[in-house]
Amino acid sequence: MQWGSVAEFFAMGGYGLYVWTSFGATALCMGGEVLAVWRRSAAAERRDES
Amino acid sequence: MSATGINWFKYSSPQAFHPLAGRMIPWFAAAAVGLIGVGLYVGFFVAPTDVTQGDAYRIIFVHVPAAWMSMFLYVIMAVWAGIGLGLNARPSFMMAQAIAPTGAMFTFLALFTGSMWGKPTWGAWWVWDARLTSELILLFQYIGIILLRSSIDDLRRADRASAVLALVGVINVPIIYFSVRWWNTLHQGASVSITAAPTMAGTMVTAMLVMMLGFWMYSIAVTLARMRCVIVERERQPSWGKNASIQEVVEAR
Amino acid sequence: MSQPSMSEALRGVVRRDLLLAMRHRSDVAMSVFFVVIVASLFPLGVGPEPAILRMIASGVLWVTALLACLLSLGRLFTADYLDGVLEQTLLIPQPLAVLVVGKVFSHWVISGLPVVLLSPLLGLQFGLGGDSLVVLTLSLLLGTPTLSMIGAIGAALTLGLRGSGLLVALLVLPLFIPVLIFGAGAVSNSLAGVGSEANLSLLGACFLLSLAFAPWATAVALRIALE
Repeated sequence: MQWGSVAEFFAMGGYGLYVWTSFGATALCMGGEVLAVWRRSAAAERRDES
Repeated sequence: MSATGINWFKYSSPQAFHPLAGRMIPWFAAAAVGLIGVGLYVGFFVAPTDVTQGDAYRIIFVHVPAAWMSMFLYVIMAVWAGIGLGLNARPSFMMAQAIAPTGAMFTFLALFTGSMWGKPTWGAWWVWDARLTSELILLFQYIGIILLRSSIDDLRRADRASAVLALVGVINVPIIYFSVRWWNTLHQGASVSITAAPTMAGTMVTAMLVMMLGFWMYSIAVTLARMRCVIVERERQPSWGKNASIQEVVEAR
Repeated sequence: MSQPSMSEALRGVVRRDLLLAMRHRSDVAMSVFFVVIVASLFPLGVGPEPAILRMIASGVLWVTALLACLLSLGRLFTADYLDGVLEQTLLIPQPLAVLVVGKVFSHWVISGLPVVLLSPLLGLQFGLGGDSLVVLTLSLLLGTPTLSMIGAIGAALTLGLRGSGLLVALLVLPLFIPVLIFGAGAVSNSLAGVGSEANLSLLGACFLLSLAFAPWATAVALRIALE
């Protein structure tokens, strides 16, 4: 383990803002896409049943 | 066909592909979660801090896989488009249709994370070097394909027109890459090595490759799921589970 | 009666389109005035300092020509499409790609050539000198037909669609970029005293490549749009 403390981990050597924004955006985009496809699937199945 | 006992062509019908895809998705999803998890672990807890770029370099663990996927997915989409045009096969067009949004998403992510990486490392949110510029044009091309499809009401025309556009675009991206690179070498001072990755330790490379694989598994899972939606939306058949009224048969296409 | 040859069909298409254009001479004027006005916007926006204008001249003039081509693409197939002539054209036994070359050529004569002929004057407005003016004209002479041919693909893909004006721009602008880079690069190189031969050669290559492939792609797109 190379991080002295949790605070160090989040600080990322001063670049925390950039690193976590990047990973955050990635998580948001990928999670959002999964959600969108799930909702599209539910809507399609619903319409198919009607 | 009879040698293996499996008739693969059976799955080229949307009706058969739908349940097959449904069975495959959980495996790819699990693989994605596993690989991304491992990749993140190695990337944050095993890979050391970089000498020149500090911890900011860790952005490449999402930036490079996203960029790679954006290009890879475009080529795959173009291949399906070409097959669709060549064989006049509806499922191939549907596959291309399912891939486009994921490709566009990764292109956007590549640009966004690229900016995030560029600012602390080289002081600029954006540079007009060959790779970033090509990625930007790639995003425009993805959006163009998606918009063209949604602007055409007739499904057959929409399929074929966006397929032609995808194929034309495949040729364009390498041309843009080389023309911008050439343009940059003439305008010295712009870039040269500005987006070169740091010389990477073994663990860094491992983390990046594992993440890339994870993104790939994710893309397959999401594309298959979207393909199932597309199939249901487009191919509503009366025989799809129950009896239909005349109205439904008329509406099906 | 014997079938007309390919060259006869080509000449027929060109003759018809040019004749129609002669009856609507405003079309020619529109391209010209657009380029003049837009090119004048930049000094008004950026300031009249000659050094700056000379620096931005190649890019501005090339982008202006590019936009003029883009805006004129709507006129390439639409009129024929709306009055049913295009469908008939698809039934002609001669290869559709050849007929497309004819249409694009006439279209270029009407919208692109005037821009090329006007470019030295516009270059002067931006303070470009003798050599650069020649390079500018030459680059546009090679580039504008290329842009027309590439643009025809977009025009064919979006034929008859609502909102096609903006859509065709989005589809076609990424494809225009290499031509823009080489064209504007030729002029800025000549301004910098560096040779423009490389850029002009690349422009020539783009022209030949687009001549070889774009009409065929346009023909495919037309059939898709009209079937």
